[in-house]
Amino acid sequence: MSAQWPAIRMTVNGESRTVQAPAMKRLLDVLREDLHLTGAKEGCGEGECGSCSVRMNGELVNSCLVPVLQAAGATIQTVEGLARNGVLHPLQEAFLQCGGAQCGICTPGMLMAAAQLIERNPHPSMAQIREGLAGNLCRCTGFMRIFASVIAATTQQPESAGEGASDAR
Amino acid sequence: MRGNAESHALVAPGSLAAVLDLLAAEQGAWMPIAGGTEIMVAHAAGRLKATKLVSLWGIADLRFIQASADGVAIGAGTTFIDLRCHAIVAEEFPLLAKASAWIGSIANQSRATLGGNLVNGSPAADSSPALLAYDAEIEMISVRGRRRVPYSAFHTGYKSNVLAPDELLYAVHLPRRFARHRQYLRKVGTRRAMAISKVALAATALLEYGVIREVRLGAASLAAYPARMPQTENALLGQCITKETIIAARETILAEAQPIDDIRSTAEYRQRVAANLLEEFLLEWSREEQRT
Repeated sequence: MSAQWPAIRMTVNGESRTVQAPAMKRLLDVLREDLHLTGAKEGCGEGECGSCSVRMNGELVNSCLVPVLQAAGATIQTVEGLARNGVLHPLQEAFLQCGGAQCGICTPGMLMAAAQLIERNPHPSMAQIREGLAGNLCRCTGFMRIFASVIAATTQQPESAGEGASDAR
Repeated sequence: MRGNAESHALVAPGSLAAVLDLLAAEQGAWMPIAGGTEIMVAHAAGRLKATKLVSLWGIADLRFIQASADGVAIGAGTTFIDLRCHAIVAEEFPLLAKASAWIGSIANQSRATLGGNLVNGSPAADSSPALLAYDAEIEMISVRGRRRVPYSAFHTGYKSNVLAPDELLYAVHLPRRFARHRQYLRKVGTRRAMAISKVALAATALLEYGVIREVRLGAASLAAYPARMPQTENALLGQCITKETIIAARETILAEAQPIDDIRSTAEYRQRVAANLLEEFLLEWSREEQRT
């Protein structure tokens, strides 16, 4: 830690957190190394694969492309913030039921992209699901089980799926 | 080699005026960074040369879409999510809305800004063909004041532009006069999502008594920077859309386009696809005219 590093306050999964870090340190590294939230993963490190996706002020971002200084004062939600009081988010339940997760590297990003999608659009079509998840790469499932998971989450519990996502902001 | 966060300074003065003061005080020393979708990629790969960066993210004075009677002004800090969700953009500038929707992923569109796309100046920039076809104007700002240039005169070479070291791109101005124009935009890339263009072509055009009265062609990846195709436009102006016109226009764009071979495609492929896109635009237009 250096005295020259700025103190940066963020609200992460509902809690106020302050880190002291180089301004250009990636939000991804601050989440994983400083805050020990290892849900967001580094895949490509260049915004192509989506495995580091988190939500910042209600928008989906690649945390590998956010210098932490730009997250100062922001509200951040990571995959760790999806479950509420020990109850899984409907998307997480659906991924479990439908085999939407295999090796798990892409899963946190897929969940955050899907949460972003269904908050804006509680009943997305297949085309909208494909577009909403387009920047998230999976090398195990062939994507179909992931799409099926999102459909299951939005059809089985249409009300709670939408509300759960917006509650968690 | 992985970049080191500690070898780059980043400051966030928080207001447009403070950023302009900084750019004026130490000219050429500070590189502006908005959503970081280009600069952070270079940083991660260890090829970010700038050592001092100034953040534009969160400056409300740069993030706006303002409509007046005859134009729409789009702040440089407007993200592509903002653009694709805006009613006037979707209705009157559908090519820009379409281009905004196919830039990278939702996560990229949440951060990438219109100003960043233009200042970065990739020959393949997704928003550029539409802006060229809509005759956009670029407004720049510095402590010395503001000035405007046509977007077609903004880029001066590969990844270079007319911005002075103390200037920021402030806004893009679009004239609201394309409601009756025929509009076209197609991007050819390797995949449907997350692909950088091999070629893209946009067009706006107007027919009067069966004759082409106006046409603007905006192209990506046909030159060292996004550019109009004036010779091809001239080959179309004053003509009826006949088979002969189309053949002549194809020949002109084949000669006018100066693409290169690179990792994404070859010059020959790009030229042929550009001619095919132009033909597709003209044929669809001609069929539509015959139907009405």
